[in-house]
Amino acid sequence: MTTEQPIRVLIAKPGLDGHDRGAKVIARALRDAGMEVIYTGLRQTPEMVAEAALQEDVDVVGLSILSGAHLALVPRVRELMDDNGLQDVALLVGGIIPDEDVPALKAQGVSGVFGPGTSTEDIINHIRQVVASRSGNNG
Amino acid sequence: MVDLVQATLHGDRRALARLLTYVENEREGVEQSLAALFPHTGHAWVIGVTGAPGTGKSSLVNALAKAFRRRGQTVAIVAVDPTSPFSGGAIMGDRIRMRDLAGDKGVFIRSMATRGSLGGLARATRDVIRVLDAAGFDVIFVETVGAGQSEVDIVRTAQTTIVVEAPGFGDDVQAIKAGILEIADVLVVNKADRPGAENTVRALKAMLEMGHPAAREQLTRHHGQLVSVELSSNGGELWIPPVVKTVAPEDQGIDDLVAALESHRHHLIEARALTGLERQHIEIELYDRLEAALMARLLKAIPGDVLSDVIRRIQARELDPQSAVNTILEQA
Repeated sequence: MTTEQPIRVLIAKPGLDGHDRGAKVIARALRDAGMEVIYTGLRQTPEMVAEAALQEDVDVVGLSILSGAHLALVPRVRELMDDNGLQDVALLVGGIIPDEDVPALKAQGVSGVFGPGTSTEDIINHIRQVVASRSGNNG
Repeated sequence: MVDLVQATLHGDRRALARLLTYVENEREGVEQSLAALFPHTGHAWVIGVTGAPGTGKSSLVNALAKAFRRRGQTVAIVAVDPTSPFSGGAIMGDRIRMRDLAGDKGVFIRSMATRGSLGGLARATRDVIRVLDAAGFDVIFVETVGAGQSEVDIVRTAQTTIVVEAPGFGDDVQAIKAGILEIADVLVVNKADRPGAENTVRALKAMLEMGHPAAREQLTRHHGQLVSVELSSNGGELWIPPVVKTVAPEDQGIDDLVAALESHRHHLIEARALTGLERQHIEIELYDRLEAALMARLLKAIPGDVLSDVIRRIQARELDPQSAVNTILEQA
């Protein structure tokens, strides 16, 4: 009775910037790639994001951040997710992220950083890869 | 999965979330988990919320959940959104309207895609509700997909069904058509601060006066047959759905709505209809499950080339569809 399992993704906009066109484009592209996308809307706190990820049991969390607050917000989301037992849930970041900040984010448990001009295909492939390796580990 | 069942019963939210995923995916072994949880079910008050897209179902659930939390009851929300028929993916945005509930450990929200089901719920919604019931939530709101006129599965699942309307969604002929309005235990005119709200209330009240209340004792089963259920076995008063005006984001009318929901629940209890309703839901579920199991068994027994040959012959007008079915059943 095992059926095909869609990948579940949470797309969230933590912080105060009020522009979510990018997040919606990504949500739409992931839907068209056959994924189930839960979109939380604007101005989420890191606590809200981590709690939603837990309740929805998602495979991947994607954060869209345009405000420049990524170095504060992203590690906090990762920490709260880990506290919730979500160590194996991948965290992606998209938006305006200076190149020099990417290594720091990756060192803090971010699997991929996607700036302006990234093709949605790259994001879809990245998600499929991290989810495949995750289910490989979990059996 | 035994651990997940125990942890879920002890209030572990992570285990609960994971178990819900297994239920949704119909994962191998989940039947045993559901069987183990079943004795712990039957305590939650399941309230369905349905209505056309854009009438404000999510905002209303948000406001209602806050109201029930103020009364000290724990709340689970199952929000169903449609799966794309083309990609199999879905975008579920109900949480956008439920941000007031974040940070409250007495609330658990789960988004569900329909994954091909057409009746307004997903196939696994019934089992998801059961897991949440066993996990101890007092009230479970089930928000259907934006529903039109025949997505009425919710009435076979919930004890109390709210149908949400908003001003400007169709004239009074829409209101007397069969379907979604008939399943309402409580009717809500949301966005009541908009022009035309009074007209909508009037149209709904007129519809209720026109309809014979006794007709509500009959509900259709999946196959279109009517099943008759005594909803008021003590010969007591019939329930007339109240019409409540709300403006969900401002919490306007929410206390009235909670009172209406409470009186429906009291009505069910006093009319001793709750057990009758549950018996009916169980009967319908049993038919659904039997149908699916028999169908799966039957399809396994029929060789694939027989089916494709029959389809070819029907298309060539050598055989009509019903005769084809009779032939297949004789051979199986």
